[in-house]
Amino acid sequence: MGKNHPNVEPYVVSRVRALESLLIEKGLLSPDAIDAVIERYESDTGPLLGARAVARAWLNDEYRALLLTDPVAAIAELGGQAEELCVKEDTSEVHNLVVCTLCSCYPWSVMGLPPKWYKEPAYRSRAVVEPREVLAEFGCFPSEETEVRVWDSSAELRYMVLPARPEGTEGMSEDELAAIVTRDSMIGVAAVPTPAGV
Amino acid sequence: MDGIHDLGGMHGFGHIDRDDPPLEAWEAAVIAIQGATRRAGLINIDEFRHGIERMEPGHYLTSPYFEHWLDGIARILAEKNLVDPDELESRIAFFDEHPEATAREAMTAAPAPPRELPRVHLGTSRAPTVAAKFAEGDAIRTRLTHVPGHTRLPRYARGKRGRIHLVHGVHVYPDTNAHLQGEDPTWVYSVRFDPVELWPDDYEDRTVVYLDAFEPYLVAERSGLSGA
Repeated sequence: MGKNHPNVEPYVVSRVRALESLLIEKGLLSPDAIDAVIERYESDTGPLLGARAVARAWLNDEYRALLLTDPVAAIAELGGQAEELCVKEDTSEVHNLVVCTLCSCYPWSVMGLPPKWYKEPAYRSRAVVEPREVLAEFGCFPSEETEVRVWDSSAELRYMVLPARPEGTEGMSEDELAAIVTRDSMIGVAAVPTPAGV
Repeated sequence: MDGIHDLGGMHGFGHIDRDDPPLEAWEAAVIAIQGATRRAGLINIDEFRHGIERMEPGHYLTSPYFEHWLDGIARILAEKNLVDPDELESRIAFFDEHPEATAREAMTAAPAPPRELPRVHLGTSRAPTVAAKFAEGDAIRTRLTHVPGHTRLPRYARGKRGRIHLVHGVHVYPDTNAHLQGEDPTWVYSVRFDPVELWPDDYEDRTVVYLDAFEPYLVAERSGLSGA
């Protein structure tokens, strides 16, 4: 384990290290397995797979239909392996927002690490009761006519939003589109920003 | 359990702090330990969540998120006699004194050869053996319960009327699996709730909440249900 842990009490770091070394000593944990996971999450933290799926869905109606009806197959097509996944599409009538009020369930396999705020009490307590207020804090203002749907991930199904494609992105390639899809837009707290210079 | 983890609808937590620092090394190690203990079948996902729910409530609110995981894992490992709490404490003391030490230097015995642990299938989806009790569009009411153990029915959605939006399939039942009382696979539904039902005095227009609910949480609602 490296030494990058400035924002936590030293006791917590000692506790992690103690548990790690005890589990290795007992043969319950392979030291290699730990290193592999650490490397994975220290280097690969982006919502890459989810962003790729969104970009492809914007360009390809058939893929879009697959992503909405069989997300696990749609993610497999991109070479990924998703847990039980549900994809909810934003339209002119519907804006989707994902939360987990009981813990912090999140589609790690397609969206990488959850942001800090997603796991904290302010977001988890408020998203189900005042989603419009929460969205406003993120600078997102669905119209009064738009239905805001909040998905509380209370079982083993994970939720991802298929956000609307921003204007001014006509002619962009899948790679270019994937690069503008944000993690926040797939949680549902923000629209995908129109790229600069458009 | 009606624990501090069940946050939906609570007041007083203020604005959302959008600061999002990069993952720290100790957090990555916790993620690694969680993954390894789950894959090896030492701790199932429902035990893990229930381990976190039993944190000291004040500590839950004031500690970093991955400390929740650490605390929950340590609790379960101690309860299952996989790690002796005294042994853990003395090793914590060692790392407090020797923060630069390696995992090997902290050991009091040579590491045991890695045990042949079964690689557990982590998915919770199961083949149906009984028909689903509810169908899309059915009016339901969630049970008004107060269970001391693990449950995935949040407080804000208990005793509330809603409508079945989707039938998801059959999954391991967390309420029993968390206590090692069997998987009891049960149907899971997406249930739609109108905000006025959840928050009669204080709801936002044109908002709606969908919850994934296990069949035992639901009863058929025979009185009229408007909207939804």
